[in-house]
Amino acid sequence: MKCWLLLLLLATCCAGADQPDRRSGYSLLGPDLRALQDDDFANPGMLWVDRGERLWNAASGPNQQSCRDCHGDPVNLRDLANRLPRFDATTNRLDNLDMLIRQCRTQRQQAEALTHESEDLLALTTLVAHQSRGLPLEVVVDGPASTAFEQGRASFERRRGQLDLSCADCHEKLRGARLRGETISAGMVNGFPLYRLTWEGLGSRQRMIRWCNEAVRAKPMDPESQRALALELYLAWRSRGLALEAPAVRR
Amino acid sequence: MSLSARVRIPTEARAGEVIEIRTLVSHPMETGFRVDSFGRRVPRKILTRFSCHYDGREIVSMDLRPGIAANPYVAFRFVADVSGAIELRWEGDEGEVLIERSHLEVIRA
Repeated sequence: MKCWLLLLLLATCCAGADQPDRRSGYSLLGPDLRALQDDDFANPGMLWVDRGERLWNAASGPNQQSCRDCHGDPVNLRDLANRLPRFDATTNRLDNLDMLIRQCRTQRQQAEALTHESEDLLALTTLVAHQSRGLPLEVVVDGPASTAFEQGRASFERRRGQLDLSCADCHEKLRGARLRGETISAGMVNGFPLYRLTWEGLGSRQRMIRWCNEAVRAKPMDPESQRALALELYLAWRSRGLALEAPAVRR
Repeated sequence: MSLSARVRIPTEARAGEVIEIRTLVSHPMETGFRVDSFGRRVPRKILTRFSCHYDGREIVSMDLRPGIAANPYVAFRFVADVSGAIELRWEGDEGEVLIERSHLEVIRA
């Protein structure tokens, strides 16, 4: 009997070590903010979804093309955002949702480029990500993506900045602990693009990475660099299986 | 972000029914107390007034202040007694005005 209990205990411990605690940042919200995120009317992120819908139908570029002209309804892009970033074997680089939309805009629509974190780009990324709400995050990290994935993992574990902290120091080793008034999250990225009360606005995963880097007083990364995208890939892999929540609400 | 609103206004109600209007408007609500990275004061830009007219009567009005967060959410309830127009109106510091109109049909049993 004792032997069985010991085995059971061992098995649960091993499972715990093998499968890190992957809990959405939603679990750290109080009842009021959960209600705000769950209410499709009051969720402030939905303002960007609305704006995204207007942009989706707006013709631009020399050929007066809209997103709808090629893609039809936004729902056709369901099951895309949860699989990003992904490795493009033809260009030999990683693409995230922002990059794909920016490329589509300049190369196919031949319209003016959308700048990172601009309200228009956020509106379109939020609209597209919102279509995949509820789907599990699932990124490909083997094959040609494996080098980038390992870079991302190394980046996650590398200490940086004047505070000499790595992402893992807080979000892996100290998750759930208190940092001043906040609980340290597990660093899951299933809610992006999300409405952050600190920002009183919407932000992408790359904005959050930049914010974190600033918080440990490290040099910010170029959001288009492979280094930054590799880290995003690793973060998405860490969040694998979690349902996409875009637009989520966080403190 | 440009001024735009999400509103939820019932279009039909029974006479005497309490109905709810919900509004969410995109606005930075810049307080005027912050400074940018160059140390310059960011000018105040807030919504200053919200009102709702129902069948020509003002049934709700509020003055908004810099302490209100960006993208203000306002919801309120009132008794539907007559069929009539509903007009929601937001006014901002820079003279910007946003108006949302709807019609409420009251059904008498």
